[in-house]
Formats: sequence, C-alpha cells, structure tokens
Amino acid sequence: MLAENASIFYGAFRAVADVTLPVHERQITAIIGPSGCGKSTLLRAFNRMNDLVQSARVEGKILLDGDNIYAPDVDAVAVRRRVGMVFQRPNPFPKPIYDNVAYGVRLGNPRIPKPELDAIVEQSLRGAALWDEVKDKLKESGTALSGGQQQRLCIARAIAVQPDVLLMDEPCSALDPIATIKIEELMQTLKERYTIMIVTHNMQQAARASDYTVMMMMRPDRAGEMIEFDQTEQIFTNPRDKRTEDYVSGRFG
Amino acid sequence: MQSNIISRKRNAKIGQAIMFASTAFALIALVALLLNVLNRSFGNVIVRREIEPSVLSPTPLEQLSRDELNALVKRIADSDDYDGLTRGAYRRLDSEKPFAERSQAEILTVINERLIKEEVVASFTLWQTLFEPASVNAELAKLNNARKAGMPEARVEFRSWVNARFFTQTMGSVAELSGIRTAILGSLAVIAMTMAIALPIGVGAAIYLEEYAKKNRLNDLIQTNITNLAGVPSIIYGMLGLFVFVRALESFTSGAVFGIAGNNGRTILSAGLTMALLVLPIIIINAQEAIRAVPNSLRQASYGLGATQWETIRDHVMPAALPGILTGTILAMSRAMGETAPMVVVGASTFIVSDPTGPFSKFTTLPIQIYNWTAQPDEQFRNIAAAAILVLLIILLSLNMIAILLRNKMRNTN
Ligand SMILES: Nc1ncnc2c1ncn2[C@@H]1O[C@H](COP(=O)(O)OP(=O)(O)OP(=O)(O)O)[C@@H](O)[C@H]1O
Ligand SMILES: [Mg+2]
Repeated sequence: MLAENASIFYGAFRAVADVTLPVHERQITAIIGPSGCGKSTLLRAFNRMNDLVQSARVEGKILLDGDNIYAPDVDAVAVRRRVGMVFQRPNPFPKPIYDNVAYGVRLGNPRIPKPELDAIVEQSLRGAALWDEVKDKLKESGTALSGGQQQRLCIARAIAVQPDVLLMDEPCSALDPIATIKIEELMQTLKERYTIMIVTHNMQQAARASDYTVMMMMRPDRAGEMIEFDQTEQIFTNPRDKRTEDYVSGRFG
Repeated sequence: MQSNIISRKRNAKIGQAIMFASTAFALIALVALLLNVLNRSFGNVIVRREIEPSVLSPTPLEQLSRDELNALVKRIADSDDYDGLTRGAYRRLDSEKPFAERSQAEILTVINERLIKEEVVASFTLWQTLFEPASVNAELAKLNNARKAGMPEARVEFRSWVNARFFTQTMGSVAELSGIRTAILGSLAVIAMTMAIALPIGVGAAIYLEEYAKKNRLNDLIQTNITNLAGVPSIIYGMLGLFVFVRALESFTSGAVFGIAGNNGRTILSAGLTMALLVLPIIIINAQEAIRAVPNSLRQASYGLGATQWETIRDHVMPAALPGILTGTILAMSRAMGETAPMVVVGASTFIVSDPTGPFSKFTTLPIQIYNWTAQPDEQFRNIAAAAILVLLIILLSLNMIAILLRNKMRNTN
C-alpha cells in the first residue's frame, strides 16, 4: 500500500497532515509517536474505518495495488475485505468461537459447504496460534477466553477472510507480557503472507517486531505529521531527526 | 460555627424524614388499594336456591361428565316431578338445540336456570366475613324469617369471585353469572393488534434514529418530538383515533373495503391503531436506549471484517439490543393493557357477549369492563368488578416483573 499526500480531517480539524508513506509488502511497519499525534487516525485511513465517523474526511490518495481506495467508485466494504483490522481492546463477538472465525467468511460466501468452512476455521485458528487451546471448545463463547486468547481470536477472525493487509492498533496494550510475546511471535509468522501495520507505544515492541518504522509528531497546529520513515534498525540506532532520537530513547513524550 | 453544624444536621434529618414519609405514603396507598380489591374479591354470600343440587345428584354437578348430565336431565324430565323442567319443556329446549350437541357448561346453565335457580341475595366483604360474622348471621336470619312458605332456606357460603366460571363466562345482567371472557379476549386482541403495528414501526424507527440518521436539525427535532409524545395524555390519542381511524378511515377500519359489511369503525383494528400510536414512543425510546448500549467495539469488529451496515445491525446490534427491546415491548404491552380513556373514546362496546373474531370485530377490554361494572347499582357487580381488577393487576404486575427481570439480566451481561 502507499499513502500519497494523505491528510485526514475531523470536520475542520486536520488530524493528520500530508503523509506520504510506502508500506512494504510482507513486512511489518510500525507507527510510533506521542499520544494524540494521529497514529490511529492514519492507520484507520488504510481501510476506510474513518468513514464511520461522520465528520471524518480524507484528502490525497491511499493506494492499494495501485488503485486509490478513496476513489468515488470504490466501496469501503470491499476495501475492508482486503485490509483487515485488529483493535486495541480485544472485541470478539458474543458468539461461539467457531462463529467468530466463520462470520466474515460466511458474509462473502453464505452457501459455503460446512467441511470447507471447518477447514478455514481450523486453518485460521492455527494461523493465529490458538487452535490447540480452543479446538475442544469451539462452541463456547469467544468472550469466555482470556484477554490474550481473545486477541488471537480476533486475529484469526481477521485472517479467515484472507486479506492482503492486516492493521493492528495497539493490539497488545491490554495484554500481559507473555501474551504480548505470543502476539509478536505470531506477527513474525503472519508476515510471510500478510502486509502488517501496527501502532504501538511500546518502543521495545517496535524495535523487536517491525521491519520499518514511521515516527509521527504533532505540529504546533496539532496536526500530526510523519517526521521520519526508515528501516526500524536505522530509526532506533541512527535516526536523522533529533526528535525521533529523543522519543525512542525515552527522553520525550 | 457550632450552631451552624447543628442546624445543618437538623436540616438533613428533616429532609430524610420527608423522603421516608413519602416512600411510606406510596407504599401504604398501594397496600390499601390491594387490600380493598382483595376485600371485595372474596367473602361470604347468602345464596337462595329453589332446589339444592344434592337433591338432584349425590355427586356435585360440576364433576359430572356431559353424558352423565344429559342422562340426568332426561331422567328429571321423564319423571315430570319438577315444574321447571317438564317433558314438554325438555322437548322445546331439545328442538332449540339438541341436548346431545350442548356442552357441559351449557347443560349446567339449563339445570341452574330451570331447576336450581341459584340467586345471591347478599354478599359480604372479606372483612365482614372474618371479623363480623354476627352481621352475616343477622342478615341470614332476617332473610329466612321473611321467606314465603315452601321456599327453601337461604344459606351462607364462602365465595371466591375469581373462579373458573368467572374466566369462561361472558358478561350478563346477573352479576354472579357474569365473567370476563369477552373482555380478556378483547384485551388480548387489541394488544396483539397494537404490537403487530407498533413493534415493527417502533424498532424500525429506533434503528433508523440510532444507526442511520445523521446529526442534523431535522433529526434532532424528530428525536425531541418523540420524547415529548411519550408525555401526551392518553385521551388525546383517543380523540385522534376517533377522528382519524373511527371516522375518517371508517371504510378501512370497518372492513368495508375488504367486503365485510355491517360494521362501523369501532373495531379492534381502530383500537389497535390508536393504542399503537400511544405506545410507539415507549417502544422507540426503549429500543433506542438498548441500541445505544451496544458497545461500539462490536460494530467496529463487524465493519472491520467487511460487513455492510445492514449486516452489522442484523447480526450484531439487534441480537445484543434484543433484551432491552423486549423490556420496552413488555412495558408497552402493560401500558396498552391498562389504558382506559382512549378505549372509551374510540368506542369499546359497553355490552357485548360475542368473542372477537377478527380485526373488524366489535370489542371490549378489561378496564372498560371494570369501569362498566363499577357503575352498576347492584351490590354483586361491585364484587365481580373487584375480581376483574384483581385479574388485571396480576396481569400488569407480572408483565412489569418480567420487564424488570429482563432489564436486570441485561445489566448483568453487559
Ligand atoms: N472521532 C473523532 N472525532 C474528532 N476528533 C478525533 C476523533 N478521533 C480522534 N480525533 C482527534 O484526532 C487527533 C488524533 O487522534 P488519534 O486517535 O489518531 O491519536 P493517536 O495518535 O492514536 O493517540 P493515542 O496514542 O492516544 O491512541 C486527536 O487530536 C484526537 O482528538
Ligand atoms: Mg490511538
């Protein structure tokens, strides 16, 4: 994916200004920066989740395989089928684990044969490293799992519809360190098949788990801008911008 | 300084006492109402019968089957012992409607009207029954002393005015033979009609307002008006129903356009439409609250998987909001059950003995029935009015109880 001069507004307020960002395929791109600088807003622009906010508006282009997802003839629903999302707080449906994973698949193909659906559910739960823990209780509610399991269920649910890109907005902020490590390991296997963007406040996580890092910062008019984009190693060892250096070393924000 | 604290404490005590007093007052009023209703629903009566049932049959008549009753009636007629049911009278009744085709209740009615001729000549409250038996006995002695020669003695019996017959009988000119069958069926029919109209419209409107409507002046205005409508006195809805449904749309509400002749607009359909308008704000507001309480994260999860807005509403919002919507529905039902004024205006029948048969039937409802009975001069009508109030209260309280339980359940799961 590629953002070209993307600006995002809430009404008259410009929350993100002029971001041009190439997102590398089958790599993990982390977005870091102080609170309120527009990380979530930018991330949600990549699958048009901002459309749900009445006042939100995007200027510029965001390209998926060369096509602008904000072009007038593009349907937001179709975009979200290709660009999945995992949220900050685990939000499984209050339905059986099986149905959680099957939901998106059934939407795309209501008459899918049961064996085929079973296979997709198992494959997705394996893909999210959850299968062994839930294979005997697929009929139990997804909300009855632990927080970390719930978040992996949400990942399984997202990959079940076979998107190209996975957006994650602070997916580990509600989890304990062990569950966090599990998700990070999972991301490393997922990146073999999916392009991943992750927002995180955890510097170690960005350094450990991502290939590229976007550093964002608020301008004096409170609009967020991208001040640096580079390979993660570069950002953490040899940043070009002084503000990035301060931020990643914990002297800022 | 010191005196200030004392006076503040005193004010707090006074405030507390006032609030306690008002709570106590409300409770006392409720208990008094209930006691009054119970007082009249049960109690001793003085009954006079021309023939005691035990003379006709050793086993109680109610326990006999239809065929046994038929045999009994035939035997009595053949014996020609009783003036009330001679051979000739039997033949006449049989040609009106063959006894073989009459139900058990119908044969019992014949036996009662022709032979037993049971009549309640005085009724007493539960209080009098329990604590003033002397007054009951005095009345009994007076009646028996004044009785003509050859007449059987009057007796004192305990009676629950809420009994099986009360539910199965239609209204009539004799209180102890009247029941609430027509009124209950009428109430049920009106409520069914009300809900069939108000539920889809109300839930639809709530979904529109919560999920689709953009924030703008027009929608704010609609919202404010719905909230205000909930406070409009019910008689106004009655007037509206009278002018619009009963009069202006008479050809529709009487069924004339559907080829059903002979009705006026005072039908179950008119009543249902009127009541639907009345409960619509209740349903909309409760459904809106329930929909608003559905966590946004659920919607986001659904949209994030590429569900459309309608799929999100259908698969996630509605199921999660269902208990709240049901609560509102039940509250609306109990409101519709108890409303009297609009039904008077829309024209519930004051005297009707036929069960409602469809949307274009005439009807009466339980509160209307109670209202009519309380206006009757005869003492015993007051007893059956109390019995009907008891039935109505039990229905209303159970409906509200279910609504509260549902609401609590919803709170716990959220
Ligand atoms: N729905 C909304 N309507 C209006 N303004 C919003 C909305 N969501 C976010 N904003 C504003 O946009 C700006 C960026 O918000 P955003 O949530 O993207 O920040 P963030 O970088 O993700 O912060 P955090 O790290 O705290 O999650 C903030 O000033 C915020 O107040
Ligand atoms: Mg955020």
